Amino acid sequence: MNRQAQGVVLLLLGGAVVKAWWSDLFLRYVKPGLGPFLLVAGVILIAVGVLTLVAKESGHHHEPWVGWLLLLPVIGLLLVAPPALGAYTADRSGAIAVVPDSDYPTLPAGDPVAVGLLDYSSRAIYDDGRSLTGRQLRLAGFLTPGEDGGVMLARIVMTCCAADGRPIKVGLTGAPPSGTSWVRVTGVYSPRRGKDPVSGAEIAYVEVQSWEPIAEPERPYEQ
Amino acid sequence: MVSVDQARRSGFGVEILAAILIILVAVRDPLAGLVSGARLQTWTTVFVSVLVQAVPFLVFGVVLSAVIAVFVPRTFWARVLPSHPALAVPAAGLAGVILPGCECGSVPIAGSLIRRGVTPAAALAFLLAAPAINPIVLAATAVAFPGQPEMVAARAAAGLVVAVLMGWLWLRIGRPEWIRLPRTHDDGEPRWRAFWSSCRHDIVHAGGFLVVGAAAAATINVLVPDAWLQRLAGHPVLGVLALAVLAVLLSICSEADAFVAASLSPFSLTARLVFLVVGPTVDLKLIAMQAGVFGRRFMVRFAPVTFVAAVVVGVGFGAVLR
Repeated sequence: MNRQAQGVVLLLLGGAVVKAWWSDLFLRYVKPGLGPFLLVAGVILIAVGVLTLVAKESGHHHEPWVGWLLLLPVIGLLLVAPPALGAYTADRSGAIAVVPDSDYPTLPAGDPVAVGLLDYSSRAIYDDGRSLTGRQLRLAGFLTPGEDGGVMLARIVMTCCAADGRPIKVGLTGAPPSGTSWVRVTGVYSPRRGKDPVSGAEIAYVEVQSWEPIAEPERPYEQ
Repeated sequence: MVSVDQARRSGFGVEILAAILIILVAVRDPLAGLVSGARLQTWTTVFVSVLVQAVPFLVFGVVLSAVIAVFVPRTFWARVLPSHPALAVPAAGLAGVILPGCECGSVPIAGSLIRRGVTPAAALAFLLAAPAINPIVLAATAVAFPGQPEMVAARAAAGLVVAVLMGWLWLRIGRPEWIRLPRTHDDGEPRWRAFWSSCRHDIVHAGGFLVVGAAAAATINVLVPDAWLQRLAGHPVLGVLALAVLAVLLSICSEADAFVAASLSPFSLTARLVFLVVGPTVDLKLIAMQAGVFGRRFMVRFAPVTFVAAVVVGVGFGAVLR
């Protein structure tokens, strides 16, 4: 791999990274907080690429074949742009066990009120749903098979990048409209508990009143 | 314009690249269609996301290592590190606290330190300690294990002990010829040119191997079902070994591994501590990068011994935890 080829590969990689930042594509793969760092890293890559191409160095700077592999992330970001993790991961990896919060403040005003899956599970399991009772709740996620032929609402929780993504699941009562993936359900707290078939983690349930199919949100992971 | 002779000497890099790009653009739609099976799609997502996550750390690590290589005078390290190698090792290990990054950044930095005359044992202690005990990693561990500060303390102490032990072990039995650093910029180049040249070299080199590691980690992520792990969790010895191996295979960033460890709740606390001690010191991504930066002869010796040391130290601290 000669120096010009390295320059072009670095330029492409930097360009792919900056484009992923610009188009919000990166939100499928990493946390939103990494955005500014991606931009800076992409700009540095472009600068190194440009300087490599314009510099009139006399020496030979051959690198081994392994540098060619940097084209793979370029292809991945620019040409394939794989989707965010979803049903496949939720299906085969066990739900995470929710941790107790130190306190459970009253939910914001409004009926129905939007609640995250992690927040709902923690309030349900560790606070016996005290702060949920009597409220109409709205939860969004994608559907995944649950216990005994039922369905669960799931969302991937990501700490760093999709490689550590694991699902949080909430059981749903009733049957969803067929052929949907992402849904927003409106319902009320249910004291029912279940177990995740893979990890055995305790699963909270929601008594569903209505189902509404939605498009995959721009930030597909649990916030 | 390059003459034919020059082109032959420098290899047909750009021509190959142009051909690849033309083919890729031509097959763009079939390519996207190919990645439609759920498993392959998940593989691609994990592969791309490991790289997107690692690229900023790699680039910042490479820039920092270029600064060390070009702008920090050789005498600086002689002044700040204790002159006796046996004392320089723990000092360099503790210095890892100040590098708030993950393991992708510390490999080129360690290479750069050796090149600038730091004793390899101390540079290796830094390499192992930095991703394990820096403040971001410890804060993440505290969040992932609420109400268990002993987990944070055990992780930090075990990580440092492994780093220092490996450094001392290198002093006793390590041979300089095992490390073969790739040749970098020609001496006598202007400083800024040397700086950019070092950046380019390290990104292409370490980055290429990072791609290998990311592909391996994505493969494991897709192939190992969680159900297998659940079955191993109950066994005290197999549980520890399973998580030690899993830490190597998954190659998760040290900033994120605590959350994965927390979610592996059927496993014993000792097994999860071993997961946290092994992960930042030996994993597929690191092995690939170490082979690239220090040479294969180094990697085949260093990685297995580090793995054993990390498991033993992790189990030792795990025994204290109970």
